[in-house]
Formats: sequence, C-alpha cells, structure tokens
Amino acid sequence: MLIKKPADIRPSEITSETNFLNRRDFLRSGAFAGGALVTTTAAGALVPDQKGAQLAGVAPGPFSTSETQTSYEDITTYNNYYEFGTNKADPFANAQDFKPRPWTISVEGHADKTGTFDFEDFIKPFDLEERIYRMRCVEAWSMVIPWVGIPLAEVVKYFGPTSKARFVAFETLNDPEQMPGVRRPNLDWPYREGLTIAEATNPLPLLAVGIYGRAIPNQNGAPIRLVVPWKYGFKGIKGIVKISFTSTRPQTSWNMAAPREYGFYANVNPQVDHPRWSQARERRIGSGLFAGKQETLMFNGYGEHVAHLYKDLNLRRNF
Amino acid sequence: MIASLDTLTQVRRIWKPVVFLLCLVPATLVVTDGFEITGRLGANPIEEIQDRFGIWALRFIMITLAITPLRRITQWNWLGRFRRMLGLFTFFYALMHFLTWFILDSEMLISAILEDLTKRPFIMIGFAALVLLTALAVTSTDGMRRRLGRRWQRLHYAAYVIAFLGVSHYWWQVKKDVTEPLNYAAILTVLLGARLFWRWTRKRKTAKDFSAPKQS
Repeated sequence: MLIKKPADIRPSEITSETNFLNRRDFLRSGAFAGGALVTTTAAGALVPDQKGAQLAGVAPGPFSTSETQTSYEDITTYNNYYEFGTNKADPFANAQDFKPRPWTISVEGHADKTGTFDFEDFIKPFDLEERIYRMRCVEAWSMVIPWVGIPLAEVVKYFGPTSKARFVAFETLNDPEQMPGVRRPNLDWPYREGLTIAEATNPLPLLAVGIYGRAIPNQNGAPIRLVVPWKYGFKGIKGIVKISFTSTRPQTSWNMAAPREYGFYANVNPQVDHPRWSQARERRIGSGLFAGKQETLMFNGYGEHVAHLYKDLNLRRNF
Repeated sequence: MIASLDTLTQVRRIWKPVVFLLCLVPATLVVTDGFEITGRLGANPIEEIQDRFGIWALRFIMITLAITPLRRITQWNWLGRFRRMLGLFTFFYALMHFLTWFILDSEMLISAILEDLTKRPFIMIGFAALVLLTALAVTSTDGMRRRLGRRWQRLHYAAYVIAFLGVSHYWWQVKKDVTEPLNYAAILTVLLGARLFWRWTRKRKTAKDFSAPKQS
C-alpha cells in the first residue's frame, strides 16, 4: 500500500497529542483495530519538522521487550555522538541548535533505485512502528529505548539491491559549522558504519526517527539513525546522509580508529572482552547506585533472530 | 588581629583550615549532587562519582607537585606548609576513586576484581599508584619522617612516579579523545622539567664554585 505522492499535511491537520493518546487507547482496546490501522498508516511515515513533535500513526512493532524503559531524560542526556563532543553530556549541550531539516539522503551503489531523496520522501513509503529494544553500549552500559522507526529490511528491499550488493554502508553528516566535534580529528570523519546485506535485511534493524513517540532529538541522531539491537551501540550510526550498496566490506569508523578494540561485526558478546574491560556484565542506566550490574546476554538477547547469520563465523576472531 | 600574627602562625591558624575546607569541596559536591541539592550526577552516577574522584586525585597530585617550584619562584616559603596536606588529599581522592570502583562498580565481586587487576594494564597501573600513595600517606607523619631520615626523601620522590602512573592510567582508559590526559601529561612534564632544570643548573654552579679556587 504505497502512496507515491500524498498531499502535504499542514500542522493544523496533525492529530493533537490528546487525540493521539486517545487513539492509541482506542487501538489497544482492539475495537475496529484493523480498520483503524489501515486509515492511520495510509499516509505513510511522517515526521513533522518540529522539535519533539508527536508522531502519528505509530503501530506497535514486533520484538519489543517488556523490560523497564530508560527515562526520556537519561536517553537524551547521556549520549555518544562524537560529532558534538566526546563527553556523554556534550551531545545534549551542543546539538540543540542543529538543523535536521532540510535533510537529504543519498542512496548509491548496486541498487535499482538510487539518487538523492528528501528525508520526507525517503520515509514516506514506509509505516512507523514502535520497537522497544535493549541498547548495549561497548562501554558496558545499557538502556531500554522505545524507538519509533521504519524497518531497515523494508527500506533495503524498496531500493532493490542487485546481486553485487553484499554490504550496506552508511555515513553521517560531516558539517563543521553545526557539529563542533568534527572540527577535531578525534575520528576520521565522516562517521561510517556498515552491515552485511544479510544483517541489513534481517527484520530487527530499524531506521529510527523517534523516541517515546516523539521526533528523535538531535543528540540521539535526528532526523534518522540506525538501530541494530544485537550489536554494540556504535553500530547505530546517527544523522544518516548516505546509504550505499557495496560489493566490498565498507570501512567503519571505530574499526578504523582502533582495529584491535572494535571489529566490523561488533556483535554483543559477553565471552569476548574488550582489550581494556570485561564485556561479561553491563550497568543498566537508571538502575541506581546500588543495583549492581547485570549479565550481558549473547547477541544482547536477540540470538534467536540473528545467531544463524554467524553460524560459520569465528566470533572470537570476527569480534 | 591577623596582622599581629606572624606569617607561620597565620598559615597554621587561618589558611590551613581554609585550604582544608576548600579541598573538601569536590567530595562534598559529590554528596550534594547525589541528593540533587547542588546539581546532578547524571544518567550514570557511579561512573560520574568514580570519574570525579579520579580526576581530583590527579589534580591534587599536580597541585602538590607544584608547591616546591612555586615556592622557589615566589620565595614564599610558607607554601611548603601546605604540601603534606595536599599530598594527603591526593591520597584521599585516589582512595575514594578506588573504593567507588571496588564497592559500587565491581560490587566487591572478588573474581571480577582479580580479573581486572591481573588482565587490565590500566587498572594495574592505577592500583600501583594507590599502593605507592598509601606508602607515602603512612610515612607522612613527623615521627616517620624522623625515623626514616634520608630514606624519607628518597621514598617521597615516588610522588613523581605516582603522577606518571596516574596520567598513564587516565590516558589508557580514554576511548579516543586524549586531549584531557594530554593536558595532565603536559603539566607533569613542566613540573618535572623545572626540577630537572634547577638540579642541572645547580650542579653546574657547584662545579664552577669548586673549580674556581684552583684557578686562583
């Protein structure tokens, strides 16, 4: 059910927050759920250009965890986004004036459809879903985040990768004007990440455009970022401006910076330690001073959906 | 009142208590931020507490090591009266940093702690620095100083080793941006450099003084 050119929606036509919440209650009650879903999703994904805008037409997606969700405040004030500084509080402090619109995403490489797309057109063919995922940072802390986004697998299929496309590479905006962090050579800018085509077409990865039902804040990767819940957080590239379908494995930023410490795969693995710290346990953000750490799960607990991707791979060597 | 006291009495009665209280400010802020009175500890309070104690330990050892060169430049001999107290605050903050790691971060899990201490060089380095600091703290009393005699000075040169270990410990645990550790390394280089320079010029001077009479 793709609608190529839906009419522009004026802010006045956007469902108010109360209506939106009521609508969700209505949906939850199950009455006329089928019909309601059809009408809400018919317009395709839409993210108003307004800080913290409520997102309409968000359907609950699969794979969500019922664990306690990390607070909005913690999720939006404790970030690794080196384009805005290397301290955890820097992205919140330095990304407030960042302009996530107008925004274009260029799709390149071995695919049927390539070109440069406005963010609005890029997400329009898909439907917004909420997915509550665990997020495990390579620094041994974790969060539970209710993302809103579009499944990466559907996006990849939409652009029609050819048989030569074995990897999907992503790049972040590299704008020294707006991003104080890229004025310093902390990483080889732009930030780069990548997945194998099998990983990218797995149903788990999400291109997230929202958190807690609202447009994603700048410090979390506005307007669009990757979420790969079974991999360490640094694979979740933010502020994406380029997606390429490549035949060779793309360079990835942390691997380029410290190949001994960060691999291309970066699957969450409690048995393979970081050279400088253990990955066996993790601290859940928001759990308090005396809660202690919890055991880290293989593939961050998503093994049943992804373990088969790596059955022939030595995960100790391909960390 | 103050004017009628001599400098050393002023230092002892007024300035030492004032500096003592000032040195306690960072530790107090950890507590008051923890209760959200003065600020916040953020999303990861254990990391924040550990980082704050650690960075203050590093700052205090730099301040302590700066006393002697400052005294030499300014000729304010009373500065020396603060050296022991500042050194003990270095120990205090390093110990709090260690205890935060031991109790809150590692949850006193002996297996995890032993693994860290044996497998992770940056933790070994930090621990070595704390052991040395403990030795200096224990021998910091007047009695110990008398008892150790000339060996006391030699032992307390370890302050430089501790500072070096501290900077390395910091440098090694940073993920990528080494700007901050680099600042501390630069400060340490200046402090150590100043001492070596003075020692070198003094040696040349004494050498000249010895050779002078022979020529006459």
